Amino acid sequence: MKLILFIPLLPAAGAALNGLIGVRWFGRRVSGFVACAVMALACGLSIGAFASLLALPPEARVHDIVLGHWIPAIPLETATGIVMFSASWTARIDPLAAIMLLVVTGVGFLIHVYATAYMKDEPRSGYARFFCYLNLFCFFMLVLVLAGNFLVMFVGWEGVGLCSYLLIGFWHEKHSAANAGKKAFLVNRIGDWGFLLGIFLVFFTFGTLDFREVALTVGTMSPETTGFGVLSAICILLFVGATGKSAQIPLHVWLPDAMEGPTPVSALIHAATMVTAGVYMVARSSALFVHAPLVMEIVAIVGALTALMAATIALVQTDIKRVLAYSTVSQLGYMFVAAGMGAFSAAVFHLVTHAFFKALLFLGTGAVIHAMAGEQDMLRMGGLRKHMPVTFVTMMLGALAMAGIPPLSGFFSKDEILYHAFLGNRILWGITTATTLLTAFYMFRLMSLTFYGKYRGPVYSAIASPAAAAQAAAHGVDHPHDARAHGEAHRPLHEVTHGGADADVPPDGSRRARGPQEGPAAITVALMALAVGVIVAGFMGVPQAIGGTNAIERFLAPSFGLGAFPVGGAGVGLSRGGSIALMLFSILVSAAGILTARHFYTRNPEVPRRLAARWPAAHTLLQNKYYLDELYLATIVRGTMAAARGSFSFDRRVVDAAVNAFGWGTQIAAWFSHMFDKHVVDGIVNLAGGTAGRGSFLVRRLQTGLIQNYALIIVLGLFAFLTVFLFAR
Amino acid sequence: MLESLVFYTLAAFIIGFGVLVVTARNPVHCVLFLAANFLCVAMIYVLLAAEFLAMIQILVYAGGIVVLYLFVVMLVNLRRPPDAQVDGRRQALFGFVLVALLLAEMSAILVYSGAHPSNVAAVVPQFPSGGNTETIGMLLYTDYLVPFELASMLLLVAMVGAIVLARKEA
Amino acid sequence: MTPITPYHYLVLSAALFAIGVLGVMVRRNIIILLMSIELMLNAVNINLAAFSYQLHNAAGQVFAIFVIAVAAAEAAVGLGIILGFYRNKETLNIDDMNIMRW
Repeated sequence: MKLILFIPLLPAAGAALNGLIGVRWFGRRVSGFVACAVMALACGLSIGAFASLLALPPEARVHDIVLGHWIPAIPLETATGIVMFSASWTARIDPLAAIMLLVVTGVGFLIHVYATAYMKDEPRSGYARFFCYLNLFCFFMLVLVLAGNFLVMFVGWEGVGLCSYLLIGFWHEKHSAANAGKKAFLVNRIGDWGFLLGIFLVFFTFGTLDFREVALTVGTMSPETTGFGVLSAICILLFVGATGKSAQIPLHVWLPDAMEGPTPVSALIHAATMVTAGVYMVARSSALFVHAPLVMEIVAIVGALTALMAATIALVQTDIKRVLAYSTVSQLGYMFVAAGMGAFSAAVFHLVTHAFFKALLFLGTGAVIHAMAGEQDMLRMGGLRKHMPVTFVTMMLGALAMAGIPPLSGFFSKDEILYHAFLGNRILWGITTATTLLTAFYMFRLMSLTFYGKYRGPVYSAIASPAAAAQAAAHGVDHPHDARAHGEAHRPLHEVTHGGADADVPPDGSRRARGPQEGPAAITVALMALAVGVIVAGFMGVPQAIGGTNAIERFLAPSFGLGAFPVGGAGVGLSRGGSIALMLFSILVSAAGILTARHFYTRNPEVPRRLAARWPAAHTLLQNKYYLDELYLATIVRGTMAAARGSFSFDRRVVDAAVNAFGWGTQIAAWFSHMFDKHVVDGIVNLAGGTAGRGSFLVRRLQTGLIQNYALIIVLGLFAFLTVFLFAR
Repeated sequence: MLESLVFYTLAAFIIGFGVLVVTARNPVHCVLFLAANFLCVAMIYVLLAAEFLAMIQILVYAGGIVVLYLFVVMLVNLRRPPDAQVDGRRQALFGFVLVALLLAEMSAILVYSGAHPSNVAAVVPQFPSGGNTETIGMLLYTDYLVPFELASMLLLVAMVGAIVLARKEA
Repeated sequence: MTPITPYHYLVLSAALFAIGVLGVMVRRNIIILLMSIELMLNAVNINLAAFSYQLHNAAGQVFAIFVIAVAAAEAAVGLGIILGFYRNKETLNIDDMNIMRW
C-alpha cells in the first residue's frame, strides 16, 4: 500500500527528467518514451491500489500515509480558543480517491501516447518541454486527488492551475495563446481566493484541516436548515473555488479561451481531469455540504444554469474545439447539479464517464485538426467520414455517449443525475432535460458538419500551380480569429501529408497532396482504447431499476458520510416503473435532438441559415457568448486597471512626494545644522581662541624685561594687600 | 618735651637725608647722604633705649657698609653717563603715585590702630639688672645662639664670595 | 605736644621704607638702588626697635642686629657682583642689565 506514494512521484520524476535534461539532450523519442512510461507505471500502480482496496471490507477501505510535518504546531486562534495548528503531508486513499486515480492515470496515459504523435512537429526542446509540463500536471493532479487534508489539496489545486497556464500558453510566441493562459490563471485565481478563505474558515471553525477529522466533527453538528451560518459560509466559499476551477458561471470565461492550447492539453486538462477537480473537491467536502442545505441549492441552481447557458452558446459556435469546450462547461454543470442534490456518487460517476467520452471527442477532434492542417472551422470541413474512418467511428461513439444513448456509459451516468434531479427539484429537472436536448443537438451538429456532407475544405493541388497555392494561402488568411491551435498554419497548405510525404514525390519533382487522412498509429490506438472505455465504463453504475446493482454508488458510499440529508433514491425514491419511464423519456429527448440535428445539417443545410436570418439578434447574442467577456472587460478589467493606475499615480505623487519631502526636510535641517555649527559652535571656539590671542597681546606688555617695572608691580601688590587690610578692619 | 623735639628733628633729618639719597645725581653725594642717614638712625636707637644697637649701627653700617659703597663708587669711576635714552616703559610717575598712596595707607593704618589700640598683651619685661648691652648679650648667647652661629657662617660665606667676585681675572 | 608714642616711630619707619621703595623703583643706577635697599632695611630696624621698646622685649633688638649682619653680607656680595658686571658691560644702568633675558 505504501506504493501509492509512487503514483504521483513517478510523473514528477518524468517531469524532472524531461525538464532538466530532456530539454537539452533528449531526442523526441526519448522524451516521449520517458513521459509515457512513467504514466504507464503510475496507471499500473493505480490499478494495483484499486484492487487492494477492493480486497478490503467496505468499512476498512481507507489508508493513510503521513509523510511528515509541513507546518509544525503554530498556535492560532479558532472559534473555540487557541489551537495548535499543524499540517502534515498526508496521503489518503479511499474509494473516491481510487476511482479518480484510475481516471487520471488511465486517461492520462492514453493522452500521453496520443501526444507523442500529435506534437511531432514541435522542435526537439519544445517537445521535451511539453512532456515535462504534461507530467508535472499529472503529478499535481495526483497530489490533489491523494490529499488527506485541505492544505495538501490546495497545493495540488494551485499546481494544476500553474500547469494549465503553462500548457495553454505553450506556444507562447502567439499572443492569443499567451493571453489565454493569463486569463485562465487570473480567473482561476479568483476561485482560489474563495477556496483559500474557505480553508481558513474551516480551520477557524474546526481547528483542523484534515478531511476525516472535519467530517467527524461536523457529523456532530446539526444541519443549518434555517438561515446562513458558518457552515454555509464555508461551503459557499469552497464552492467559489470550485466555480473557478470547474468553469461554472460566472467564472467560466477562461475555458473556451483555453482551447488555444494543443489538443492533448485540452483533452487532458480541460475535459478529463483539471476541471473535474472542483467536483472532486465538493465531493470530498460532502460532509460539510450536507450540513448547509441552502448552499446545496445554490450549487444545484448554478450548475443547472451553467449547463443550459453553455449548451445554448455551443449551438452556434463554428470552431470545433469551442463547441467541445462549452460542452465541457455544460457537463460540469450537470455534475454540480448532482452534487447539489446530494447525489455525490452520481456526480462522480458522471465525472468518470465524461472523462472518457470527452477525452475521446477531443482527441478525435485533434486528429481531424491535424489532418486538416490546423483548420478548426467546422464550416470548412465536411465529408471526412470517407477520409478518416477510425476517427469517425470512435467520435460517433463518443457523441452518442454524450447524447445519452444506451448502452453507452453516458446514458447511465446522465440518467442517474436526471433521476436525482427529478426527485429533488422538478424545475431543475426540466432545465437539465432541456439541456440534454440541446446537448444531443449540438453534438450531432458537430458530427454532421465535420463528417457528413460535402467536403468544404481547402483545395489540394500540386506545388506547380501558383494560382491554387495563392487561393489556398488566401483561405489561410481569411479567418484570423480562428485560433490556429497548431501554430503551423504558415505551412503551405499543400503539405498536408504526414510522415510518408517524401515517398510520394513523383519523379518529376512535384508533390501530389492526398487530402486529409487518418493519423499515425499512436493517435488511432489511443482513440480506440478510449472508445472501449466509453462503451464499458457505464456498466459499473447500472441502476437497480433495470436489474443492475449500481456498484459504483455502493463502492463510493463510505467516502460520503451522508447522515442527516436524505438522498434521493434511497428511501423516498421512485418505483421501478417510474424509473424506467424516466429513462425512456430521456432517451426520447436525446433521440429528438439527434434527429433534429440530422435534419438541419445533413438533409437540409439551408435551414440553420434561414433560422439565423429570422432571429439575428438571438443568433448574434449566442455567437458572442452573451457578451460576458465584453462585460467583464468593461467592468472588472477596466476597473482594476484604473485602480492600478490610480495607485501608481498616488504612489508617485503622494508617497514619493512624502519621501522626497523627508529628503528635503533633512537637507534643510542639515543646512541649519551647518550654519549653526559654522557660526555658533565654531564661533565659540574661535572666540575662545581669539580671546586668548587678543588677550595675550595685552598681557604680554606686562613683560617689559625692566626690573624696576617688576618691582613696581610688587609694590602694587603690596598696596592692594594693604587696601584690603585697611578696609576689612 | 625735649624728647619730642629731638625726635622730630631727627625724623626730619632722616627723611630729608633719605630723600636726598634717592634723588641725588652724583653717586658720591648719595653715599655721603646715606652715611648721614645712618648716623641719625643711630641716634633714634638711643632714643629707643637701644644703645648697643646704636653702636652696632654706627660701627657696621656707617663705618663698614658706607665705606664699602664709597670704595665701589670710586672704583667704578663713572663719568657722567652719556644721555641714555630713558626707556619708555619705565612708568616712574606711576611709581611716585603708588609710593605716596602706600605711605598714606600705612599712616592711616597706624593712626587708626593708635586711636583704637588693640589688646596687645604687654609682655612682662625681663629686664636684667644690667644695661642694654648685657641684655642683648645674654639673649644672643643663650636663646638665639643658633641664629648667631648661622649669621657668622653667613658672614664668612659673604666674605669669601665678595673676594672671589671682586678679584681680577687671572 | 602729644607725647612720643611708639606710633611715631612706626610712622617714621613707614616713611623711610616708602622712600626706600621709591628709590628702588625709580633710580637707574644700580648702586643707588642697593643703597635704597639699605634704607629699607634701616626702616625695618627702626620698626623692630620701636616695638622692642614698646613691648619691653629685647628680642626685637636682637633681630635688628641680625638684620644689620645680613645687610652687611648682602651689600658686600652685591657690590662684588656689580663690580664683576661693570667689568664686562661697562654700564651701571639697570635697564641695560639684560644679558640673561632671552
